[in-house]
Amino acid sequence: MANDDVIIKIENVTKRYGKVAAVDNVSLEIKRGEFFALLGPSGCGKTTLLRMIAGFEVPTEGKIFIDGVDVSNVPPNKRPINTVFQSYAVFPHMSVFDNVAYGLQFDNVPKADQYQRVMAALADVKLDHLADRKPDQMSGGQRQRVALARALVKRPKVLLLDEPLSALDAKLREAMRFELTALQEKVGVTFVMVTHDQDEALAMADRCAVMERGRLMQTANPSSLYEFPSNRFVADFIGSVNLFAGKLVVDEPSHAQFYSEELGGKVFFDHGVSGAANENMWVGIRPEKIEMIKHVKKGPTPAMEDCPPDCNVFKGVIKQISYLGSESVYEVMLPNERIMRVTRPNLSRWDQEDFTWDDEVWLCFHGDSPVLLQN
Amino acid sequence: MASLQRFFKREPRAPLEYIKSFRLRAWIGAVLLFLYAPLLVLIVFSFNDSKRTIVWKGFTFKWYSKVFENEGLREALGNSLFIAVACTAVSVLLGTLAAFVLWRFKFPLKGLLESGLNLPIVVPEICMGVGVLMFFAWLKWPNDMPWPLNLSQIIIAHITFAFPFVAIVVRARLESFNKEYEMAALDLGASQWQAFKDVIVPHMAPGIVAGALLAFTLSLDDFVITFFASGPGTVTFPIKVYSMVRFSVTPEVNAASTIIILITVLATVAAMRLQNPPKPTTN
Amino acid sequence: MLAPTIWFLFFFVAPMALVWGYSFGENDGLLGVKITGTIKNYAQAFDPEILKVLRESVVLAAIATFVCLILAFPVAIAMTFASDKAKSWLLLLIMLPFWTNLLIRTYALIAVMRTEGLINHSFEWLHGIAVMVGIPVGDYAPMPLLYNKFAVVIGLVYVHLPFMVLPLYAALDRLDRSLIEASLDLGAGHLQTMYKVVAPLALPGIAAGLVITFIPAMGAYLTPDLLGGPDDLMIASLIERQFKRANNWPFGSALSFLLMYITMIFFVLRSYFEAKGGKVAVH
Repeated sequence: MANDDVIIKIENVTKRYGKVAAVDNVSLEIKRGEFFALLGPSGCGKTTLLRMIAGFEVPTEGKIFIDGVDVSNVPPNKRPINTVFQSYAVFPHMSVFDNVAYGLQFDNVPKADQYQRVMAALADVKLDHLADRKPDQMSGGQRQRVALARALVKRPKVLLLDEPLSALDAKLREAMRFELTALQEKVGVTFVMVTHDQDEALAMADRCAVMERGRLMQTANPSSLYEFPSNRFVADFIGSVNLFAGKLVVDEPSHAQFYSEELGGKVFFDHGVSGAANENMWVGIRPEKIEMIKHVKKGPTPAMEDCPPDCNVFKGVIKQISYLGSESVYEVMLPNERIMRVTRPNLSRWDQEDFTWDDEVWLCFHGDSPVLLQN
Repeated sequence: MASLQRFFKREPRAPLEYIKSFRLRAWIGAVLLFLYAPLLVLIVFSFNDSKRTIVWKGFTFKWYSKVFENEGLREALGNSLFIAVACTAVSVLLGTLAAFVLWRFKFPLKGLLESGLNLPIVVPEICMGVGVLMFFAWLKWPNDMPWPLNLSQIIIAHITFAFPFVAIVVRARLESFNKEYEMAALDLGASQWQAFKDVIVPHMAPGIVAGALLAFTLSLDDFVITFFASGPGTVTFPIKVYSMVRFSVTPEVNAASTIIILITVLATVAAMRLQNPPKPTTN
Repeated sequence: MLAPTIWFLFFFVAPMALVWGYSFGENDGLLGVKITGTIKNYAQAFDPEILKVLRESVVLAAIATFVCLILAFPVAIAMTFASDKAKSWLLLLIMLPFWTNLLIRTYALIAVMRTEGLINHSFEWLHGIAVMVGIPVGDYAPMPLLYNKFAVVIGLVYVHLPFMVLPLYAALDRLDRSLIEASLDLGAGHLQTMYKVVAPLALPGIAAGLVITFIPAMGAYLTPDLLGGPDDLMIASLIERQFKRANNWPFGSALSFLLMYITMIFFVLRSYFEAKGGKVAVH
């Protein structure tokens, strides 16, 4: 707790249900004022971790500190933390105003101040004109704002959000992303969000923790997660990636080479890779980092000149095309019948016509594009 | 003792795990004690080798053999079981039919009939008993028929209040039926009747069995309506016990009661198992 | 559908209609009743002595219902938030006595509570110890636990407790538990949460429990008959007397229908509460 910037400190926390560890020895620090996301597939333990921070579950082992205070045995109504629930949990028998005022009565806020604070909180979420409504007269998005106001009016040290956007329809979800980040910047409260949606996490969070089967896989900012995943799970879970198993054959400080049976060749890295040369390794290449060049059948390998030096080049045949509007995804079959996925932006209105089924192509990617992954 | 210690152990509990709170456990324990202590005392003293039933004098089965030697009690028990079986058979038929038709078809006055069928459940027993008494008197229903026809009034009365219960249980079961299963069967070439037989009936089955057990226990349990519906000569088990209880507490009644308790416990456990079969774990 | 409908009309609607008709009738000779359209039977119910019985029925049933609510609420809460396994066990434990023969349960209570029953016996034994260690407590006088209003209330609670637990549990189980968590999260204590969030939202269930318990408690025949003293008449015993002893069928019919009317009023109230609760989205 030497670091004053840490607001939540999770220390070797484990939660077991019977023999199953829903959260398995997780240690994590969340910094004051940041927008933090817990990301992972369903059942990975992220919600259990959030509920332990809120106080709804008790850790089997380990400790949780909030602002330097051990809260492991503090009940939720005594923690300086508030939650926006997945179902919003807006009290159906109270008006919007009463919902937001509900929590203030337990903080001994004088009645006069209560009114001001409630209205200010409602203004923050642009609902001050609906204070007298009952929740059943409101849309899902509006009820979520009520839940936000109700939590923020207590001026918590941390706001927890459980899958905040999952119940909204697609358009509203997009808009809410921006609103939530704007709101967080405005109120300056630390937000901790649980989500299974990687786009959501990458777009909104300052930092993300990726979880899988109760374990913490990687904690980093969004671009590091995407560009420098530290293991195979993160690379695969965040975005799309081509993964090939193999082993490191050259491991120098300035460059490295990876041989993959699956890929049917070697991958060249133009930089040194850290980590012990391990038998069980993977190379990952993002589809958008591969350039696709038409194979012209004249000469020995004429298209090779089009690739920059230090490039990795593989030959293949286009088997599938999915046109997605802004880009197209091509599934290219390598000579050994493995599939490499390539995406190509449709920069002009005719770009998608450049390639068609059964075209023979060269696939090139630069030596700094692939990442070396451990299991 | 170890399990008792575990029961009272204070362990860290999440806020909503109320059942782990000591005070709540004590409360539940007290409620269960209140519910069970009299019954347990009754059962224990049915094995007591003493006519004066509060002091334990040693273990015996003699009250049970007394029950079976007691002509009147045996006849009453026999009558009760016969009535319960007959009532169950007809109630299941009528109840299942009503449930299926109300679930499946639309027809005029359906709503009225549907709520009407709930009436026998909500009407106070005494009112129904009175009604049955007056109805049979008005019909001049003969009272002196040979066994088992002398039980006919009781059986009819029991069916009348039991079959709506069966209908409700079966209906509840049908609510969980996904109609797409039936459509799938029809789509795959089954006839209406085959689809009914192969898809709907298997789905209804647990409800029907649960309803049957319900009708059985209800019939076995009933005193008030039987009291009014029975002719002078017919005696069922509750009526017999009633006349015995009015005078004294005897280990013989304890023994007979224990037999009935055993039957109901078995029927109830079976019914509960059928209604909530062990679910496959979700998530 | 024909069979259940005919059965229902013939054996339920017809008898009830007959009772209704007789309630406007007069005794004619020794056995006959003439339906004359008189309302004197209903007027007779406002006789001070009859009114006193009616009032006492309502009061005793209300007290019993209230005690049931107090006993049952914590049990229902614990059940709602228990693990699936503990939940089904508790449900079974609460339901088992419910299915056990009413007469047997009442009899078990008598056996425990009578002057030479287990409770008095235990107290006598404690008293004996007190005397032995030299505490001057005088002679032991058995507590008169039976044949009074106290016994009737205990009996009604004993018999009707499961009626209260089930609807409460059903209502609480439907409650979105994140509402309770939200209340705790916002700083409310457990009791405040119960009072401010759970109780208002479970109101339809509480109303259902109150009605479902109160109605049969008020119409109970066996419990007051066996546990009460000669002066502790409840409405059902009064009805029974008109048929089996006083032979005043028209007056008995009128009393039955008074009881029916009260029942109906409460069920209407209940559906009103349910409709009101339905508006509050509980999922």
